[in-house]
Amino acid sequence: MATEFHNLQELRQSPSLATKVFIQRDYSEGTVCRFQIKFPSELGSRIERTLFEDTVKTLNTYYAEAEKVGGQSYMEGCLACATAYFIFLCMETRYEKVLKKISGYIQEQNEKIYAPRGLLLTDPVERGMRVVSFLSNTLIYCHGRSSYQKLAI
Amino acid sequence: MLHLRVAEPMRECEYSQISTRSSTPMETPYKKRTPKRRKWQAFPGRNKFFCNGRIMMARQTGVFYLTLVLILVTSGLFFAFDCPFLSMQITPAIPVIGGVLFVFVLGTLFRTSFSDPGVLPRATPDEAADLERQIDVANGSSSGYRPPPRTREVVINGQTVKLKYCFTCKIFRPPRASHCSLCDNCVERFDHHCPWVGNCVGKRNYRFFYMFILSLSFLTIFIFAFVITHVILRSHRYGFLNTLKDSPASVLEVVVCFFSVWSIVGLSGFHTYLISSNQTTNEDIKGSWSSKRGKGNYNPYSHGNVFTNCCAALCGPLPPSLIDRRGFVQSDTPQPIPPTNGITMYGSTQSQSHMAAATPLLQSEPVILTDEAFLPGRTSLGGPCSGALPLGGHPTPPTSTPNLSCDNDMLPLRNEQSDGLRHHHTDGGHHHFLTPEEAPSPPGMLPCGSPLGHSHTIQGFYNPASQDSLHEDSVRGLVKLSSV
Repeated sequence: MATEFHNLQELRQSPSLATKVFIQRDYSEGTVCRFQIKFPSELGSRIERTLFEDTVKTLNTYYAEAEKVGGQSYMEGCLACATAYFIFLCMETRYEKVLKKISGYIQEQNEKIYAPRGLLLTDPVERGMRVVSFLSNTLIYCHGRSSYQKLAI
Repeated sequence: MLHLRVAEPMRECEYSQISTRSSTPMETPYKKRTPKRRKWQAFPGRNKFFCNGRIMMARQTGVFYLTLVLILVTSGLFFAFDCPFLSMQITPAIPVIGGVLFVFVLGTLFRTSFSDPGVLPRATPDEAADLERQIDVANGSSSGYRPPPRTREVVINGQTVKLKYCFTCKIFRPPRASHCSLCDNCVERFDHHCPWVGNCVGKRNYRFFYMFILSLSFLTIFIFAFVITHVILRSHRYGFLNTLKDSPASVLEVVVCFFSVWSIVGLSGFHTYLISSNQTTNEDIKGSWSSKRGKGNYNPYSHGNVFTNCCAALCGPLPPSLIDRRGFVQSDTPQPIPPTNGITMYGSTQSQSHMAAATPLLQSEPVILTDEAFLPGRTSLGGPCSGALPLGGHPTPPTSTPNLSCDNDMLPLRNEQSDGLRHHHTDGGHHHFLTPEEAPSPPGMLPCGSPLGHSHTIQGFYNPASQDSLHEDSVRGLVKLSSV
């Protein structure tokens, strides 16, 4: 049974639970979009280390795929150049397609893994690709836009 | 698994109707709904937006219009005066090729000028606070002295690169990013700010810029060559003076093209070199990767060979814009009541008032920016100084995070005019670009000295005070629940 419950009172009493944990970018491989896999201590025992690492590694793989300079990106680049880049007005770039896949993945991860643990993973695209943030106790979203208010029980 | 934290029985969500949103009878008048604004209207940088956020340019666009006029007038005169003769005497392919080049030049110019160069959105208050905490931990407890500039070192492909902290955007700049003082934004892979296209040139529009100057070189040479041809052919037939009388525009075109060719072709050559070595103008000017700096100094971003570098720069994937210009500003955050315990905040210069409005406890969609209109009668922290106050859920001791941002932000704007840059253009320095600044400071910045001292004493009060109003709403909601 999925219900919404609001532990605002609990939040008031224990403000440290409503925290945001930020996973920063890992620039060791240059300017490609990668996030650090190091497990942040603030998450503590809320999530298993392996699950966390899997999520971040998968995200990194997706971003690497988006930014891959290879056959498909060359085709896209040459075609765009040949049309004086007017083609971008009607076509979605490969990067945008991968970003959509990433959104879907994050949503799925939230529903399956993070929401049951009282966490919410935000899409890095909303933070300028700087951080992946974990929000805990986000149930004050009662008027928010996301569907993560529902906790599966 | 059942969460038994809440003593109240689980309710279906009618609660969401009487939520912390301002729909209760206790709603105070200042919380009236204001019409939704688009994010571009609340954008903190110094940019101009057109077509409801679809077009983004720098603030000074005068030179861009000059560029446009020069191209349009010269090409127009060419098509009007020279092409009829040339197409009849030589081949009609000339105006066709000219037309194609012309369209290409305009297309790439508009793409360069109107698109987002790769602006990095500023940090949300939570991120900024988180970074501040990390920096404090790293620096140890500050005794109030001005701390060393904030840098982070990272090793990229064996080369140590320093990431600098941007005080305006409150982020550690990614490698190759830089803050443009003219646009007041951090831009990824910042190349330079080009007044001729009226925009910064960065990661997202570098290829368009390169194609623009390349095609403009071809167009200029094309027009120059064929105007000369036209004049010569005509002179053979009708004499030189008659030619000048019949086609006076040709003289103008020749003059414009002659002076443009040197700078444009020179610039194309320069950027071809930059692309093949995978450097930005910024890096080249500073000599970041030059071997003069040290033996082991090399460019860690280069792919090794010229071909791969070129392909990566021109045909690599195009990342989408990170600033959502046309999205709506989320005005979900309940409007905080002005603190009643006598706390006065100094006036806000811009929309940095969101710093006070957003708190981590009530996390709805993090508000990137809120309109001043949402917070009538509420003065909040000035831009740079607001970073000094942590907005975590816990008050920090007054001695921490002192005048950090403020002092550094008070550095005068070093506007290095193009002196250091011109030497790269032996063609005459037509192309005037400015180096990014390390000390960005928007105009009208407030002095931080005394108010910060004030803020220390109120630091203990600050967080709960501003959150009280938010708590009130939440508690009201809870009360409703229990009374149902």
